[in-house]
Amino acid sequence: MFKWLEKNLPKIVMAPAVGLIGWFVYGFVLWTLYISFTNSKILPKYELWGFGQYEKLWASRKWLISVDNLLVFTALFLIFCIVIGIILAIFLDQKIRAEGVLRTIYLYPMALSFIVTGTAWKWILNPTLGIQKMFIDWGFENFTFDWLVNREMAIYTIVIAGVWQSAGFVMALFLAGLRSVEDEIVKAAKIDGAGLFTVYWRILLPMMRPVFFTSFVILVHISIKSYDLIVALTQGGPGISTTMPALFMTQTAFHKSQVGLSAASAMMMFMAVAAVIIPYLYSELRRENAR
Amino acid sequence: MQDNTQSSSYQQLEQKSKYTNMFLRWFLYFVLILFASYFIFPLYVMVVTSLKTMEEIRQGTLLSWPSGLNFESWAVAWGGRGYGAGDTFLRPYFWNSIKMVVPAVFFSTFIGAMTGYVLTKWRFKGDSWVFLFLLFGCFIPFQAILLPMARTLGVLGISNSIVGLVLVHTVYGIPFTTLFFRNYYVSVPTELVKAARIDGAGFFKIFFKILLPISAPIIVVTVIWQFTQIWNDFLFGSTFSFGEAAPIQVALNNMVLSSTSVKEYNVDMASAIIAGVPTLIVYVLAGKYFIRGLTSGAVKG
Repeated sequence: MFKWLEKNLPKIVMAPAVGLIGWFVYGFVLWTLYISFTNSKILPKYELWGFGQYEKLWASRKWLISVDNLLVFTALFLIFCIVIGIILAIFLDQKIRAEGVLRTIYLYPMALSFIVTGTAWKWILNPTLGIQKMFIDWGFENFTFDWLVNREMAIYTIVIAGVWQSAGFVMALFLAGLRSVEDEIVKAAKIDGAGLFTVYWRILLPMMRPVFFTSFVILVHISIKSYDLIVALTQGGPGISTTMPALFMTQTAFHKSQVGLSAASAMMMFMAVAAVIIPYLYSELRRENAR
Repeated sequence: MQDNTQSSSYQQLEQKSKYTNMFLRWFLYFVLILFASYFIFPLYVMVVTSLKTMEEIRQGTLLSWPSGLNFESWAVAWGGRGYGAGDTFLRPYFWNSIKMVVPAVFFSTFIGAMTGYVLTKWRFKGDSWVFLFLLFGCFIPFQAILLPMARTLGVLGISNSIVGLVLVHTVYGIPFTTLFFRNYYVSVPTELVKAARIDGAGFFKIFFKILLPISAPIIVVTVIWQFTQIWNDFLFGSTFSFGEAAPIQVALNNMVLSSTSVKEYNVDMASAIIAGVPTLIVYVLAGKYFIRGLTSGAVKG
């Protein structure tokens, strides 16, 4: 008995983690998947109902708006974060004085919660007392900046706050990438007469392909799960103009009590994440095995 | 010979571009400082707004300096105005968050250390599959588990409680803590462990005598990562708790949204700073570890 215990001790120690993840991750996802095929309202029902919830989901105007918003947000969020991140990383890489201080400033938003970020930006962007008033007081009397309460533009305020929060992180990833390149490569290129611009554009940035890939995956992942920022900044409004899938899911489940429909929307999100993550994990594991 | 001509032409090149270089450096600093002001701007606005009276806020602009160090809105945000119903303030929720974060960070870090140890030093058949099995938990969007989790907490009788949130954060932290510890222990030479086993040291003795003493850096990274994630969480907090059991981020959001009469932006900003200060302090004090955690665990569900 004691011998058996000693021999299997490692596995016994592993058991809680494996059990918890098996139940709370895999079991729960399967449960959600099953419920998405039923006609559950307030309480879950267990008779299968086919693809009805998915048909309802893709016929819902609110869901289509949230998917649309997600696409717009993801595209802009990706572009701005990556462009700003790369510019900052390259500029910081030029033996800048006070690099440490600047880096700390660029990255501190990552330490804040999206609720704190959203609260701050909501105050800054509010039309009566925020940025708009600042410019009017400075003498630009016709200046208007009402994106926060403008149906067409509100989604872009989420982009502004989101980029503010995450661009520094992309900077950190690229800076680490640039620093890991051998000095010799840059020196050799310079001796061959390449200017600084050419060195970065033709040599260093193409070497950063894995960093691009990682940033892409992380940012898309952040944007698919965007929830807190929208709640704090716009609550999905004005109207439903800034709804996104994560907000749709919780509202349908907990305010509208349409459990089946919200399960279907959760599964759509799950599949979107899987489509990005599985190729990423696959390539990471292959790289690790190749080493 | 060849070396010589090359280095001299390199010097010539440097000379010629001396002036363009100077211009470039000014441009460089200009852009860097421009972005720095974009990043610092909201923090600056939060701090000065929290120190103003509402009168000053209406009269001045976002950037204008407060007339004095007026901490009244901080006091209101933290401790309320002292009238009964409807007076919401952050103090009790701040303690809720502490009571939630401390055990959740402890349990998830401990379990992660143990699984990371087994996965690297007591390898068994199929262990890399077990790792992959756990790792996948880092990536799931939490929306896919919210509904069954809410029901499970109800069945266990711990919905809308700190205990429930501790359970939730512990469980969904395990994939990350396991990842951190596994990647750290992989680089510790297995010979050390083998030698200790020959000397008759057991499973726990090896962990506590050999691995734990050299684990300080990864423990710091893991604790900071878990602390930041759990402190900043809103999705679980707002879904599984309300009223008195809510953590601070939920309370902050309720406070900002449910202003009954006049919007008090100074109190809102003071509240936001109070909710953000713990993680900000950790970031400033241990930035290096914070960033290390960020780059290795950033894909969070």
